[in-house]
Amino acid sequence: MDLNYSTEELAFRDEVRGWLNANLPADLRDKMSEHAHLSKDDLLRWHRILAKKGWVAPAWPEEWGGPGWNVVQRFLFEEECGYAGAPPLVPFGLAMCAPVLLRFGTEAQKKKFLPGIYHGEVFWCQGYSEPGSGSDLASLKTRAVREGDHYVVNGQKIWTTLAHYADWIFCLVRTDSTSAVRQEGISFLLIDMKTPGITVRPLILMDGSHEVNEVFFENVKVPAENLVFEEGKGWTVAKYLLGFERLNTGRVGVSKRELVKLKSFAAKQMRNGRSLMDDVRFRDKVSRVEVELMALELTNLRFLDEMRRTGQPPGADVSMLKIKGTEIQQALTELMVQAVGPMAQPFKAMQGAFDAEAAFTASLMPRYCSTRKTTIYAGSNEIQRNIISKMTLGL
Amino acid sequence: MDFEYNEEQQLLADSVKRFIEKDYSFEARKKIVASDAGASEAVWSTLAEMGLLALPLPTAHGGFGGGAVDLMGVMDALGAGLLVEPYLPTVMAARAVMLAGNAAQQAALLPAVAEGKKKLAFAQTEAHARYDLDQVQLQAESSGAGWTLNGEKRVVIGAPLADQLIVSARTAQGISLFIVDANAAGVHMQTYRTVDELRAADVQFKGVKLPADALLGQSGAALPIIEAVVDFATALICAEAIGAMRSANDATLEYIKTRKQFGQPIGAFQALQHRMVDMVISWEQARSMACLACVKVDTETNPNERQRLVSAAKIRIADAARHVSQESIQLHGGMGMTEEMKVSHTFRRLSMIVQQFGDADFHLERFASAA
Repeated sequence: MDLNYSTEELAFRDEVRGWLNANLPADLRDKMSEHAHLSKDDLLRWHRILAKKGWVAPAWPEEWGGPGWNVVQRFLFEEECGYAGAPPLVPFGLAMCAPVLLRFGTEAQKKKFLPGIYHGEVFWCQGYSEPGSGSDLASLKTRAVREGDHYVVNGQKIWTTLAHYADWIFCLVRTDSTSAVRQEGISFLLIDMKTPGITVRPLILMDGSHEVNEVFFENVKVPAENLVFEEGKGWTVAKYLLGFERLNTGRVGVSKRELVKLKSFAAKQMRNGRSLMDDVRFRDKVSRVEVELMALELTNLRFLDEMRRTGQPPGADVSMLKIKGTEIQQALTELMVQAVGPMAQPFKAMQGAFDAEAAFTASLMPRYCSTRKTTIYAGSNEIQRNIISKMTLGL
Repeated sequence: MDFEYNEEQQLLADSVKRFIEKDYSFEARKKIVASDAGASEAVWSTLAEMGLLALPLPTAHGGFGGGAVDLMGVMDALGAGLLVEPYLPTVMAARAVMLAGNAAQQAALLPAVAEGKKKLAFAQTEAHARYDLDQVQLQAESSGAGWTLNGEKRVVIGAPLADQLIVSARTAQGISLFIVDANAAGVHMQTYRTVDELRAADVQFKGVKLPADALLGQSGAALPIIEAVVDFATALICAEAIGAMRSANDATLEYIKTRKQFGQPIGAFQALQHRMVDMVISWEQARSMACLACVKVDTETNPNERQRLVSAAKIRIADAARHVSQESIQLHGGMGMTEEMKVSHTFRRLSMIVQQFGDADFHLERFASAA
């Protein structure tokens, strides 16, 4: 048993770390560290820097621009990006649409869409959830009716992250409402957001951010060639994506960075002449999260080691990492809010600007609010428990 | 990076697992617990034949030189089987002899331990010391060429079965370790069964005369040895807890799949499914930390860092053991409360592991102080 990375893996990690240190723009790093809003340009700038380096699509095959990394290298890369405070890579194109096209798309679809995704020229969003179809996704109602060489789409999607930035959306739509098994009437459709009949309406979240949207489809004409895989097989496509090799759902690197920040910030908060980190009540809460994070990192590495050994995708293990990882993210933001005390209350400067410290402390409560979403999105933690219950435990 | 056992470790783990399944069933264990000795000589011989007693001992004295990682699969299997024989106490005491003893002392004790001819116990805990290893009141006075012991030890696991005790005592120089014959004049034992059905004793030492060579290592220099022994043992009970928790989880999963209420298996109810999933997640997280503890007591040369990481592991294992044991009873319902179900015995062992060598609060303190 050896818990250490190999010499080659450490060299790779150092290479990534060194490169990130030299190439992550300072203004983006600062924005991330202050939990500031990232514009579309910010996101794409970082995307293109990575694309130029050849590191933007670690999981893609080499023929489409992937770097040919093994699972450990991919994990290390993502962890280092998280730990360095790099902006997130928007997953909808790179990590969702692209793997689907690589697995199910026609050659023409691959050629048409993959380069734009790779180079950050085409911004994608995901049209899955509907007002009446959240965890019970297979109940979705947005209809696509075949008329000649087109589908005509009517319906509504919700929680569509960054739809207001997006050029294209991949959607699950109902092409057959008569099939007895409701999963069988669903198809996977690629839709140009500029098509007439599409309306995007913002949903402002409680932290004041505009991240998610409602997307309305009214008689939207979609060329039939934009169907991925077979009509009625959209559920198969969606399920493939669920089991796709996501190695970083625990987001250990990001949480490690947040933990370092929490400890150094809390150490400077004084109460009765003592640092908050010397307050046993507070310190023990931090320690428990730290231990949980140490365990999660090792659990994540154990799963990687097993994947490398067996060549099998991680399956329901990903659900476990998601549950623990998001619980830790939430605990860290909550402790940060506790650490800042009454200074957590200011929200938005009305006149002028906060100074840097006040701007930071004012970002903590919105961050806490925003992080509540992590246990809800991407399959709520209850759905993840259902998956483990069914797939691993046979219940 | 490699989280698997090597071939030898795997073979050993498998053979111990087979032994538990075949010869140490819950029914067989019941008979052993009910016997006068509370432990089986036949089982002890088998442990020796399988090489488990020699495994952690030095090669120079009849052992195989194994570390905590080599013992991990063994402890896991023994944890699942709820072994009551004093394996851990013997390993702990032998480790103290190995770390502090001179060649003659090692030669006198360790080969006999390896062959299964001697059992040992580690007499450390005192009445008001809680988990603090430096709280030693038992006195060892230099008398003539030897030593005289006066004082008490509490909850010495395995003491009623031991041939020798390794006893911590305070000399004029400080904390020291002594080899004491369990039947020496002046050694009195109040023996009992622990809640998890191990044999233990409170031990009185009244003017116990020891020869000079009963002292292990330098007088007053034993605290780092004791800390190393207890960290090693803590890593081992983390591994033991992994086996015990897996056994509790397996039993609970099986139970909720078969027990029917409202016309269906109770495992069909989401309220129970999610709790079962959380038990499994607790186990996975605990297993990761057990790996960490075992690797680090074998390889970490800085005692401060070793203590920090062992404490991190014990915090997680204590929390997981508490969670899994309590939920396994709840999901079994009334049946889980009964003596006749193994899970109620696993609950008791896990509840003891929660506190053995320091509960989560103790280790939270040590974890934060060591950082």
